[in-house]
Amino acid sequence: MFAYTTSELTSIFTMQGFAGLSLFSVLLLMALGLAIIFGQMGVINMAHGEFMAAGAYTVYLCSTLTARFAPAFQPYYFLFAIVAAFFVSGSLGLLVEWGLIRFLYKRPLDTLLATWGLSLIMQQTFRSTFGAREVTPTLPDWLMGSFKPTETIDIPINGVFVMALTLFITAAVMFFTFKTRSGLRMRATVQNRMMSGAVGINTKIVDRLTFAIGCGIAGVAGAAFTTIGSTGPDSGSRYIVDTFLVVVFGGAASMLGTVASAFGIAQTQSISEFFLQGTMGKVATLLAIVIILMIRPQGLFASKVRRA
Amino acid sequence: MNTLNKRLFGGNEGLLGTLFLAIILVVVLPLTLDIFRLNLMGKYLTYAFVAVSLVLLWGNAGVLSLGQGVFFGLGGYCMAMFLKLEASDPVTTKIQTTPGIPDFMDWNQLTHLPAFWVPFKSFPFATLAILIVPAVIAYVVGAAMFKRRVGGVYFAVITQAIALILSLGIDGNQGLTGGRNGITDLKTLLGWDIRTKSGQYTLYFVSVALLFGVIMLSRWVLSSKMGRILNAMSEKEDRVRFSGYDVSDFKIFIFCLAAAISGIGGAMFVLQVGFISPSLVGIVPSIEMVIFAAVGGKRSLLGAVYGTLLVNTGKSLFSETFPQLWLYAMGGLFILVVVLMPNGLAGLWADYAKPWLRGAKKRLLERPPTGEPTTAGTAVETN
Repeated sequence: MFAYTTSELTSIFTMQGFAGLSLFSVLLLMALGLAIIFGQMGVINMAHGEFMAAGAYTVYLCSTLTARFAPAFQPYYFLFAIVAAFFVSGSLGLLVEWGLIRFLYKRPLDTLLATWGLSLIMQQTFRSTFGAREVTPTLPDWLMGSFKPTETIDIPINGVFVMALTLFITAAVMFFTFKTRSGLRMRATVQNRMMSGAVGINTKIVDRLTFAIGCGIAGVAGAAFTTIGSTGPDSGSRYIVDTFLVVVFGGAASMLGTVASAFGIAQTQSISEFFLQGTMGKVATLLAIVIILMIRPQGLFASKVRRA
Repeated sequence: MNTLNKRLFGGNEGLLGTLFLAIILVVVLPLTLDIFRLNLMGKYLTYAFVAVSLVLLWGNAGVLSLGQGVFFGLGGYCMAMFLKLEASDPVTTKIQTTPGIPDFMDWNQLTHLPAFWVPFKSFPFATLAILIVPAVIAYVVGAAMFKRRVGGVYFAVITQAIALILSLGIDGNQGLTGGRNGITDLKTLLGWDIRTKSGQYTLYFVSVALLFGVIMLSRWVLSSKMGRILNAMSEKEDRVRFSGYDVSDFKIFIFCLAAAISGIGGAMFVLQVGFISPSLVGIVPSIEMVIFAAVGGKRSLLGAVYGTLLVNTGKSLFSETFPQLWLYAMGGLFILVVVLMPNGLAGLWADYAKPWLRGAKKRLLERPPTGEPTTAGTAVETN
């Protein structure tokens, strides 16, 4: 670490910091969906990564279809693909809630196992449908390239796009949760199911929609993911533990905490990855989180002691 | 004698069940399977140690650990380090730059044995470490979490993260741990060749004996007063706390015990299979072991053994013939067991097979039907 000059260090920190921001975007997008499903509803969805992969594959499918049937549409398809990803993953989520999750609300540990089973099935489905090799959609030209503010700093445009998308989705989720009637119903159901039912909220519908929205956001995360990496059958499961840690570390019931912890984890990991070899940066980050969680189990932004 | 029977086997019925399993493992399998398949069974039996530990921890104390693979792996690595040092004597490794150290260290330009490897030259130390290293790690994790009343899904998520950390950490330190390939080429245990046919037979029977020892120890613990407290705790934790018990101490104890049991499994795995690698430590094996216990019935010690053997045999048969379908089958099994049969095979046995057997016995004896009330409903979870 001491072999670098100050200006080199600045560049390293800027670029690694920026790489960290990309990771932050992906973690946050995944964690937002999970913060709704896990933080609000208390459902441990181990298949969350696969809903993300479903979104990524939707973009890939859109890209292939556009290339074959409407090449002129190529520059714009990506925006529609993001919307499509939301709805594909969302409807999958709706189906899963109806077919599986609703039987298990009172048994959180069992949800964990059942959704793990679901994730295995989904992974194998991806593998049989799209092949075991990783795929990359053709990105529109305006997402490629990078700009250089100085000689040694190089900032990719797709990273900036992902970040903007993340900011937008985060704002949308916050707005939905805290400023709309549906968000109010969702929060009411989470806080007191019996009472919400008594005042006329259909809590079953609320559960189903909440789960679907969480999955839909995972789909958008998957769409964003395609701009910075390729998609394979198991690319979702690679992030699942990190995502759970983000939500737990932030304090399960706090949206702000989720944002802060995604930022902290992503930055620590990306900067430590530069200075430590190979996977040890990730090991150091995870270890730090686990140790902090042991000392402060309620996470960063929550006052309640959590028990499940 | 009678109480001993009850404490170790769970009464006459449990004794019968234990004998039945013993006959399968000691007589039927060795007579019907060739040594390759028997060695495979021996490998599955080492997973059964973990499944048994999960029955203690998850089924009876209500604490789900998704990191039991960590303890399995730690036990395995302790054993593998001893065996590797024995296999790397200066004579056989004289072509290396530094003779006398394990080959992967030499490939990674290490010139002396790292300090934490040195005590593993001693067999008594390694044997103790197999039990103590997992238990100490479990104590640190358990004390930090249970004292702060963290439980349920948060405990599961954090233990899962620990499994990820350990597997990545082993993977990333190739010079110290053998990295992704793990520790391989293990040959002898105190000069005794573990790769021969007779060696594999012996190790299989040692595993079976140890497994029964562990099962009896577990039943002893569960039938003690502490077992009752654990059970009460998994039902209504606050009530136990208000009665004046320190809930966390019991949880920490059972977590440490479960860790040590898993460590034995890992050590036996290394002896029978001849290697250990980080892929046996991570998230996927840890969660698969939970499903072994769930299939057998999460509250049944013997069920855990059946569950492990069945799922693994199914896995090897399936992946030999339809490799594509295996993940579907495994995923489906997860969902099916969790949603439809929360008590696993042991539950099916108690709910259907036992009443049927009792009815058959009655019909055989041709006793005229009397109006006495049936006891079928209360006969759950006797194993």
